[in-house]
Amino acid sequence: MVPAFNESGAIGRVVDEIRSFDPSIDVVVVDDASTDETASVAQAHGATVLGLPFNVGIGGAVQTGFRYALEHGYDLAVRLDGDGQHDASEISKLLEPLERGDADLVIGSRFVDHGGSYRPPFARRVGIRVFARLVSILGGQRVTDTTSGFLALDRAGIELFAAEYPHDYPEVEATLVALRSGLRLSQVQVEMRERESGSSSITFVRSLYYIVKVLLALLVASLRRYPRLEGVRR
Amino acid sequence: MTPVRVSIIGAAASLLLLLVVLELIRGRRLKERYALLWLATGVVLLVLSAWRDGLNTIAGWLGVETYPPAVLFAVATLFILLVLLHYSTVISKLTDENVDLAQRIALLEERVSRSSSGPRPPAD
Repeated sequence: MVPAFNESGAIGRVVDEIRSFDPSIDVVVVDDASTDETASVAQAHGATVLGLPFNVGIGGAVQTGFRYALEHGYDLAVRLDGDGQHDASEISKLLEPLERGDADLVIGSRFVDHGGSYRPPFARRVGIRVFARLVSILGGQRVTDTTSGFLALDRAGIELFAAEYPHDYPEVEATLVALRSGLRLSQVQVEMRERESGSSSITFVRSLYYIVKVLLALLVASLRRYPRLEGVRR
Repeated sequence: MTPVRVSIIGAAASLLLLLVVLELIRGRRLKERYALLWLATGVVLLVLSAWRDGLNTIAGWLGVETYPPAVLFAVATLFILLVLLHYSTVISKLTDENVDLAQRIALLEERVSRSSSGPRPPAD
């Protein structure tokens, strides 16, 4: 499941990579009302395209994919970005803990061990670390990367995120919601590639809103009660 | 100088506003995106109410010499205007999106009813 907004330059290769990694995977691209050829390129490369009528933001787009997975009865779902940052051949690493039944949500983290090559700019590195620390404290489990868009879910995870997923800048809050709902979370080291095209959705101007919104969301999420999901497990 | 009672009531009212907004978010009746301006309103009014010297200084800058708490009213009014303006832009966007949705549903309904009852389109 691949959310994409104006990624016509990269989406074709992303879809191809997933399909060449495992042709039996159903690739769903959620097109968040792109103004370029993203939808038709994805379709031409064999993906199912869910076209949103207008731009709903990354969280709403991602949740569309979870709802698709829920409605069509999938037991496993993988989310990766449409810009080619994530290496589809690492999908197997994410699926492994799910298939063993050891986890409900597996996050492809860039910082599990220090051998990872991803080195973001200083400000972003600090931000990533602070959010990871906060979520670890509030969620009661050490999380190394809360801003990763590379993750895999089992049915319990799909059900949770289909029902409950933040609409803008979702990843940090969603991680905390998953922990507080009792999902078993595990993390595997993944590599991050340089972006192939397009630019990060987080511009300097928006980063202040990002920080305030995420902090507020974390505060509120830790005040809320979430129904524990333990009962639904196989 | 601002009367102490005005400071206390102002601070209490701002705190109440902050608590109400937080509770609304917690109960999912208010999204964070639309709460930020309200929270900023609450924080600024709280600071201006509690920090009495600051309010006097700002009143001096603005030429309000007789009654510094007037600045509290002015700031509160300014923030209310900001919130209203923000909501006007939000409503405008919602209106556009709503029309878009209605149009798409009309087109979809027409397509669905044609493919289920009328003559089937070739090879579909």
